[in-house]
Amino acid sequence: MSLASDHRPAAPEGLAIAPALPDILKAIKPRTGVTGFLRRHPTIAVGGGLLLLLILVAGLAPYLGTVDPSALSPARRTRPPSALYWFGTDMLGRDIYSRVLYGTRVSLLVGFAVAILASIGGLAIGLVAGYVRWADSIIMRMMDSLMSIPPILLAVSLMAITRGSVGNVILAITIAEIPRVSRLVRGVVLSLREQPYVDGAVAAGTRTPMIILRHILPNTLAPMTVQATYICGSAMIVEAILSFIGAGVPPNVPSWGNIMAEGRALWQVKPFIVFFPAAFLSVTVLAVNLLGDGLRDMLDPRQAKGH
Amino acid sequence: MALLEVENLQVHFRTPVGVNRAVDGVSFHVNEGETLAIVGESGCGKSVTSMSLLRLIPEPPGKIAGAIRFGGKDLLALSEKEMRAIRGNDISMIFQEPMTSLNPVLTVGRQIGETLRLHQGLDAKAAEDKAVEMLTLVGIPAPARRVREYPHQLSGGMRQRVMIAIALACNPKLLIADEPTTALDVTIQAQILDLMRDLKQRVGAAIVLITHDLGVVAEVAERVMVMYAGRKVEEAPVRELFANPRHPYTQGLLGAVPKLGSSLTQESSRLAEIPGQVPSLTRPIVGCVFAGRCAIATDICRAYAPALEPKGPRHAAACHYALKEAAAA
Amino acid sequence: MTRPLLEVNDLKKHYRIAGGLFGGKPSYVYAVDGVSFEVARGETLSLVGESGCGKSTVGRAVLRLFDITSGQVVLDGQRMDDASKDALHAFRRRVQVVFQDPFSSLNPRMKVRDILAEPIRNFGLAASAADLEERVGRLMDLVGLPREAVRRFPHQFSGGQRQRICIARALAAEPELIVCDEAVSALDVSVKAQIVNLLQDIQRELGLALLFISHDLAIVEHMTHRVAVMYLGKLVEVAPKRALFARPRHPYTKALLSAVPLPDPGAARNRIILTGDVPSPVNPPKGCRFHTRCPYAFDRCRSEEPELRVAPGEHWSACHLHDLPDAQNPLLAPLAS
Repeated sequence: MSLASDHRPAAPEGLAIAPALPDILKAIKPRTGVTGFLRRHPTIAVGGGLLLLLILVAGLAPYLGTVDPSALSPARRTRPPSALYWFGTDMLGRDIYSRVLYGTRVSLLVGFAVAILASIGGLAIGLVAGYVRWADSIIMRMMDSLMSIPPILLAVSLMAITRGSVGNVILAITIAEIPRVSRLVRGVVLSLREQPYVDGAVAAGTRTPMIILRHILPNTLAPMTVQATYICGSAMIVEAILSFIGAGVPPNVPSWGNIMAEGRALWQVKPFIVFFPAAFLSVTVLAVNLLGDGLRDMLDPRQAKGH
Repeated sequence: MALLEVENLQVHFRTPVGVNRAVDGVSFHVNEGETLAIVGESGCGKSVTSMSLLRLIPEPPGKIAGAIRFGGKDLLALSEKEMRAIRGNDISMIFQEPMTSLNPVLTVGRQIGETLRLHQGLDAKAAEDKAVEMLTLVGIPAPARRVREYPHQLSGGMRQRVMIAIALACNPKLLIADEPTTALDVTIQAQILDLMRDLKQRVGAAIVLITHDLGVVAEVAERVMVMYAGRKVEEAPVRELFANPRHPYTQGLLGAVPKLGSSLTQESSRLAEIPGQVPSLTRPIVGCVFAGRCAIATDICRAYAPALEPKGPRHAAACHYALKEAAAA
Repeated sequence: MTRPLLEVNDLKKHYRIAGGLFGGKPSYVYAVDGVSFEVARGETLSLVGESGCGKSTVGRAVLRLFDITSGQVVLDGQRMDDASKDALHAFRRRVQVVFQDPFSSLNPRMKVRDILAEPIRNFGLAASAADLEERVGRLMDLVGLPREAVRRFPHQFSGGQRQRICIARALAAEPELIVCDEAVSALDVSVKAQIVNLLQDIQRELGLALLFISHDLAIVEHMTHRVAVMYLGKLVEVAPKRALFARPRHPYTKALLSAVPLPDPGAARNRIILTGDVPSPVNPPKGCRFHTRCPYAFDRCRSEEPELRVAPGEHWSACHLHDLPDAQNPLLAPLAS
């Protein structure tokens, strides 16, 4: 750059000027805006894009060439995929394409609802455990005993004592997920309360509720968001498993787990019944986890510091 | 002939906000058996310079240019395999944080022995014997027992001694010490500095000492090079530098450090401060890098970067106004 | 005689590190084990020592960041170690803190304005919203930062500037005492000088007392009025600056002073290099805690713990050597330079 070249004072005779040095690295123009962001975080772009697509599919299911997903057509049972039945039909002659698309709604609803509820519940429990010393060991032992039960088993037993409905599935999975979240939050809180700025705030006369609200909570949100995406993915899988073993949403609700359960008996001869819902489930969970990985990389303070 | 010659070293890093010219056009040499201190504040490029000597700069995002000649070989032209044969063998390094530089799951003896087995092909038994010998050399009591211990069983000072033992195990010609005593307490620092001086006499390796502590420089260095914002601004033998600093930055640095015993000789005075801050290295700097903080800077300084010029015997500074020969006022 | 601003009497802080819910023999870290000192108004008392000596724990105890094991912390005649919540809140306003690491001392998600407004609001110091803004602006002036910088977040500042913000936050409460816990240790040489000068200017201007905790003896000598030297949870020497730096009366102080590298090449020094490491505060040595590293230790030091005793000029030290005849006391030999 020779910004000043025109205004420079004349160099006196014999002034020792350092030779100009070459640029050994070409400067890359920093990309700004949405495109720049997505280029720097490709996993967020791919995961977020896929997820957005699935949300659209769920929202626009009625307009994507679907029929009533529970309309029976006994005459047209177990048809393979064709121009008419894109994904084929199941044992009762229902259109699998329509059922899978509507099933997206159930999966996303369960995934997002569990992610939000488990985050809120886990955040509350984790904050208390991390900040109130005497409550810590009691709460954490309770969480440990909950964690000692495999989440699926816990959800199955919770479902066994309630009626099968989407709401109850969400509740059961949330309860199974909360211990993991509260454990994470507690860990973050314990490390945050050792931060000098928290001591500084205490010395500055800030009372405990405000310390938690203003100094602890905002700094737990980044790791929480990452965790929430993973919970979302795992909740979708658990929901599918519950439905698959008949402990989830009622069989009349088109969920991917239900569709797979119905196709289970025939999967060797009619694999397409199981294949399409399974493929959707995999792609959805992959999208959510990619998004989570991308967020983690973006929010990781070690990476943010850089040079 | 100089053991190490560095010519026009440039180390740049690509960052999201632009290219960081961490080291820009630095030249220096180290003679055999000599101790050269590189002094400067954080971000001046002293650590990057030392890392680039062993080619430990990750590429990308970094890039090294210039020439680093060690015993006549240009290290920048070597393959990674040839470079590995030099690291820890002909040139070795001591880092600031002895805890994180040692492997927590290997015994001290294994870690000293590893370099020996790798570079000198010793068998396990011979390597352990040599490890005990090295621990004795660096003044660790009960070395035969200590070789079987893990880093966490040692105190900070002991760990730094182990680091030195590892670094010296293969009789390196050049030892790079990056802030070797910064993490240590004063009394332990005194022990380690004492050890380094003592070992230098016995082992005869040349040392490049990276530090921000002018006290440490005064105690162990023979020659000093001062860096600021990725450039070398001054170089002189240690006594000459402390007695006759020519560059305004060096003068400011020396004035900013309170001296022990100050209360006995003078009424408490203000410390001389250098106003402002180090310039950003991701933006091009026109003129002298120090001009923005310099009390005597003129338009000439802001327009033309000064070249490093001899200002006395073995004394060079990069300043348009540093006087030759006569001591600066 | 006027009452000191801060009195610390026989302060102890022991941490339990083993034993607990399911039994097991409890063992303790004796981080601070009976420390007493006073800080007068407008005075700087420096607490020096090596890592693990308990100097930071003393600072945090004075700030009442935790409950102390025993002893008293008295501010202006009022005991603070067992104060009620309201009394403690009032006390917090009068004692503020600046920590070492300017990067973790500021909440990364708060703007500078909110950081500075927090203590002002907490203690109800501002009469109105306009007054609050004016106070924040004045604090920025005081620490030499531009007023418009209050809209920025901490990560947009350099280390030295952040430390200025930390000082401004401490000043926001209009305190009488500031605990500076290694407040300049993490800073670069040229910035360190700026902050040291700033602290001195502010102290002079506002008549503040400083409890200056540091391991950097040269900075301490430059800054302080009196010095207290700690070793393994105890004070070994307390004296006015000049007396301590000219004629240290404890072998540890002497060794500490002689270990500091001087920016003066070729200076001939009579150096005492201590052997070994600081013993663990879990099992402090019997007798004098320094006897395991003391070059002058004799039998009595291994069995009997020396008490702090005063010599002329308010020079306190805890060493048995002073019971010996002067001719045999190695400490009375001057520190050669």
